[in-house]
Amino acid sequence: MCQDRNTKPEPLELQTRILSRNDSMAAHNREHFLERGIFTVNVMGSPGSGKTAVLEATARAFDDARRFAALAGDLATDNDAARLRRAGMRAGAIETVQACHLDAEMVHHELHHFDLDGVDYLFIENVGNLVCPAVYDLGQRANVVVLSVTEGEDKPLKYPTMFAKADLVLLTKGDLLPHLPSVNVSAILDALARVMPNPRVIAISPLTGQGVSDWITWLTMCRESMLAMLEVYA
Amino acid sequence: MHEYSIVQSLVDSVAAAVGDREATVRRIDVAIGEVAGVDYGLLTTAFEVFRDGTLCEHAELTIDRIPARWECARCGVDLPRGGFLRCARCNVPARLAAGDEIVLQRIELEVA
Repeated sequence: MCQDRNTKPEPLELQTRILSRNDSMAAHNREHFLERGIFTVNVMGSPGSGKTAVLEATARAFDDARRFAALAGDLATDNDAARLRRAGMRAGAIETVQACHLDAEMVHHELHHFDLDGVDYLFIENVGNLVCPAVYDLGQRANVVVLSVTEGEDKPLKYPTMFAKADLVLLTKGDLLPHLPSVNVSAILDALARVMPNPRVIAISPLTGQGVSDWITWLTMCRESMLAMLEVYA
Repeated sequence: MHEYSIVQSLVDSVAAAVGDREATVRRIDVAIGEVAGVDYGLLTTAFEVFRDGTLCEHAELTIDRIPARWECARCGVDLPRGGFLRCARCNVPARLAAGDEIVLQRIELEVA
């Protein structure tokens, strides 16, 4: 680098998070959810892993689906939100157009015209993608990754960032296992234990109903512990 | 490819740090962790494309690659790479001690 005698390099030490603006907006969203006692889940996973199907089954299985709401992110269409509404869940769509993930600003913008009255659980269904959504905090309380048995046993090892941040993995499409002799569920669980410090897995099938009540129990317990924590710090 | 969006945030962060100073940004040092979810090559490409016409136009980007390191949350021992993320001795889940950084470390300005 050439420098003339009239200039001098001036180092500026910063050590700031590059996504600090997203982090601030996520903190704002989180505060908004906590104030209302809403347990918010960032639902992530590959395209076609069954994220929407799991949420449909959740709405249909719960006594009062009005306590659930969802924001569904996709590059285009509001198909997922429409499916969730048909299942009885209040749902809005966030069309990201080109973006491969949701960010806190997109969620915040959508919340401005989304009615959360009476909602206890909010699912933010992220864009189908195992890479980018893991990087952006949305203000959620928990990360849930939907992983189908058809995706390959080593998927967690290939996408460690996504699974390292997951509080729970919902293993879907187990009803197909009789037709998939080469898929070994214990190999999937082994891979998860190498990338998730505290691997919690629920095998769930919207088709047969397997695991849906365990998933709802997990949600209920998480929300109760969140409310207990809020009481302690109130 | 979210690396473009990270570069956008990086350029915004640099602009905030420079403020209203009359200066040329010559160097940008970032630290990116191995499991931060950012591809080093794509980040470099995104920077090369995106910096045109911004105050980072004449800056060199250097990436400090931080390896992932998991340690026992109780006894602090490092856990072997590729193994289970649970301490065999304490039987508690590991915590990520390093490797998820997406940090703007420093910039170098040329001040007239």
